[in-house]
Amino acid sequence: MLIDRQDSYDEEGRDQRLFSVRVLVSLLILSLLLMALGVRLFTLQVGAHEHFTTLSENNRLRIEPVPPTRGLIFDRNGVLLAENRPAYQLEVTVEQAGDLDELLGRLSALVELSPLEIERFRGSVGQRRPFQPVLLKANLDDEAVARIAVARPELPGVEIQARPVRHYPLGEDFAHVVGYVGRINERDLQRLDARNYAGTSHTGKTGVERYYENILHGNTGHKQVEVNAEGRVIRELSAVPPVPGQDLTLSIDVELQRAARDALAPHDGAVVMLDPATGEVLALVSKPGFDPNPFVNGISHQAFDALQSDPHKPLFNRALSGQYPPGSTLKPLVGLAGLEEEVTTAERRMFATGYFQLPGHGRRYRDWKRGGHGWVDLSRAIAVSADVYFYDLGHKLGIDRMAPMLGAFGIGSRVGIDATGERPGILPSREWKRSVQNLPWFPGETVITAIGQGYLLATPLQLADVASTLANRGQRVQPRLLRAIRDGSSGETVTQPVRHLAPVIARDAHWDAIHEAMIESVHARHGTAWGSIGSDPPTGYRIAGKTGTAQVFSLAPDQEYEEEELNRLLWDHALFLAYAPADLPEIAVAVLVEHGGSGGRVAAPIAREVIDFYLSSRGQVAAAGEGS
Amino acid sequence: MISVTGRELTTSQWLLRSLRLDGTLLVLITVLLMLGLAVLFSASGESVEALQRQIGRIALGVLALLVMARVPISTLRALSPWLFLAGLGLLFAVVLFGDVGKGARRWLDLGVIRFQPSEIMKLAMPLMVAWYLSLRNAPPRFVDLLVVAVLILVPVLLIMRQPDLGTALLVGVAGLLVIFLAGLHWRWFLGLGLAIAAVIPLLWTQMHDYQRQRILTLLNPESDPLGAGYHIIQSKIAIGSGGLYGKGWLNGTQSQLQFLPERSTDFVFAVYAEEFGFLGVVLLMALYFLIVGRGLWIAAMAQERFCRLIAGAISLTFAVYVVVNMGMVTGLLPVVGIPLPLISYGGTSLVTLMVGFGILMAVHSRQRLVNR
Repeated sequence: MLIDRQDSYDEEGRDQRLFSVRVLVSLLILSLLLMALGVRLFTLQVGAHEHFTTLSENNRLRIEPVPPTRGLIFDRNGVLLAENRPAYQLEVTVEQAGDLDELLGRLSALVELSPLEIERFRGSVGQRRPFQPVLLKANLDDEAVARIAVARPELPGVEIQARPVRHYPLGEDFAHVVGYVGRINERDLQRLDARNYAGTSHTGKTGVERYYENILHGNTGHKQVEVNAEGRVIRELSAVPPVPGQDLTLSIDVELQRAARDALAPHDGAVVMLDPATGEVLALVSKPGFDPNPFVNGISHQAFDALQSDPHKPLFNRALSGQYPPGSTLKPLVGLAGLEEEVTTAERRMFATGYFQLPGHGRRYRDWKRGGHGWVDLSRAIAVSADVYFYDLGHKLGIDRMAPMLGAFGIGSRVGIDATGERPGILPSREWKRSVQNLPWFPGETVITAIGQGYLLATPLQLADVASTLANRGQRVQPRLLRAIRDGSSGETVTQPVRHLAPVIARDAHWDAIHEAMIESVHARHGTAWGSIGSDPPTGYRIAGKTGTAQVFSLAPDQEYEEEELNRLLWDHALFLAYAPADLPEIAVAVLVEHGGSGGRVAAPIAREVIDFYLSSRGQVAAAGEGS
Repeated sequence: MISVTGRELTTSQWLLRSLRLDGTLLVLITVLLMLGLAVLFSASGESVEALQRQIGRIALGVLALLVMARVPISTLRALSPWLFLAGLGLLFAVVLFGDVGKGARRWLDLGVIRFQPSEIMKLAMPLMVAWYLSLRNAPPRFVDLLVVAVLILVPVLLIMRQPDLGTALLVGVAGLLVIFLAGLHWRWFLGLGLAIAAVIPLLWTQMHDYQRQRILTLLNPESDPLGAGYHIIQSKIAIGSGGLYGKGWLNGTQSQLQFLPERSTDFVFAVYAEEFGFLGVVLLMALYFLIVGRGLWIAAMAQERFCRLIAGAISLTFAVYVVVNMGMVTGLLPVVGIPLPLISYGGTSLVTLMVGFGILMAVHSRQRLVNR
């Protein structure tokens, strides 16, 4: 034992000696390496100091980024929606300019410089790279260009550059779809790859321009230039050309979009039209729109304030960001849930009075029609939009069986359209209410959810998606704006594939029942859209649809709704969702008219007009195709 | 109350002891960090924001050092194999679900933070090898060598796959340094040298294009002035134009005019050399040498094998950092993307280094207790 310990001490000692030798060796090696580095640095810094000083003083190599041209955006028929126009702009290289204040004074005698332009200019001067020209004024007219060109010899550091500027020829009708580009700011810099944006001044801020920024932007090239002592470029030595951005073809049809805008007039609202087979968005109108062009080079404070304070909210994208109570438009979904859960049957009839009461509660849930609808089955209840039938059905289903069906149709979650600003709406449920308000769910809330009121909110895009899913009998296709990507240089076009979402599962007989009910609501004499569509039906096809009138303002149980007496901003929103031709759907539509009043009277005729426009123009195209 | 050990202590000595810190090392590290902040301020174009961010990272690093200095070596030793296994698991996780950044899969996103598991290996590797070898008799035998070879090769290959040649190299070297310190016979190193010479052609065919490019440009930077050679040409101009005394703080034209790429991270040494000249460089090398020397002294004084090995490996890995970075910036070694320790901008490597110093200090204070 003792000997063992002695041994281990010996061993420990030997080990430590061995270790010390190794440490000394490594210190020796380290010294040698540092000495080698020292020698190297000495030769560089002392031996070749003059050589490198000369090089550094004449450091003529500079790498300048060459920004790529941004891809163009077209509609489905090749109509240009976003282009790049050459524009002259006034730039100053501060290093060469001398006294800035004096220079600005002399320049303002030649061109008008607004306080905003000067303020922006001074801001960018602080952030520039050395010898990087700073923008002073964009969009010079020919006369200003001429005046500056003449005076240029006396204006050191001042240059007129022709640079492409994004332009949206169709202006306000497409601002909510295409979006716009704007100058890159601090926040953009955090998400963009600084290297690839070294020479780029603008980036997509909203809409498709933002969503497809990566495709539209392209890759920055660079050139190696020789500069003189002042930093002015003398000649170009070599270059790697930029790869231009790719062009986008959207699924939007300019003519249809305009027809939808005109059909909405004079109201504010939104129209979304989808091709149910592919999910392509054929029209996406949010009215009023705004002119995106002033945003490109920075909109003035006054103009922006005017847009912001406009009571019609032109900057608000109603189609994607507007969340509205869907009202009766979702009754077909509640009906489908009732059939699937076997809470009701297509044949079951009930006598719909003017109100509904929860067992044991005093509160009366009123029907929109005073006195009620009499005997109704499910189909008729949808067609006449009998609230009492759905109060009863909703109560029997319960929120736990109703919410999943609405959720399966996409209510409460973003459809994932390829543009910015889409909001998810609200799909109320016990869990939702617990997490948001920390309150239990009340039975009365189930009752009003069944007629699309209460917490329930949906965007017009979601409603169009619902119409498309109904048209497809449950097959869900993701709505999208991009139809194809075209490579500008190779001319190669890549068409986007159709993306399917999880389908809504229901029995065929149940789909048939809902489908028939939606036709009935448009084409039967008692249907809510009879007055505006069914009484004078379109030739050659039928429309399946559902009206909705969403309360903006809730009434006390005993109050009556009198349109004329109310401030217009408290009027109900008018809604209509539809697909047509009913038997072989080619188009799904959602119309929202803000404060329009009745869905049947106001929203349905708009839908009918755009459907007519679409199907007749398609008919013409088809006829022309057959003729040739 | 302060005369616990029987002799009087000054307040600062008492503070250092109770925090279990080594004063010499602490002073040297502080000087280097201060110097680093000064250079960073210049290299970032006098950005206060960059300075603040780096100060935040330094605070994090100091915290890591203080914590590690208090972890008993016995605990660290017991944890070593688990740390290694965890690091290995994370490296596999990177292969499976890692985030791709700048064309390489190195990051692991944990929701709250993203980090590089390869960074853990920089310490887990020497700890593991030291743990294994401290169980065996010195000097290591052939069997030990085989085991250690596997321990080193698996993580190194995983990191190379990411691909991150620089870190793979450092992790591998950290493992090798432990074997070297453990007293492996010289002939094995001779053998390894020959093996590497034999493997190089094979490795060449396995390399990514950009890695080959870096080596080719190293041999002749002027051949590609626009691409890979640009870094080296510009950094040589910056260093060379600094001269004996330098251009003065904030006056380095090459770096200030932004000719020099990555001037606050991997190439920060060029900014330093331009502004502080050859004399400044000698001072910096002296500081680094003193840190390594102090670390090795702590290692040599340690009574237990594990302590010696781990302290020695941490000190020497630090030396490798310094030499490789300086060699790369001066154009003697390929550009492998290794930061200049304690000076370069960036948080990950700083925290790892400070954790390493924390371990060194823990070894030191343990020794002090044993001697008492």
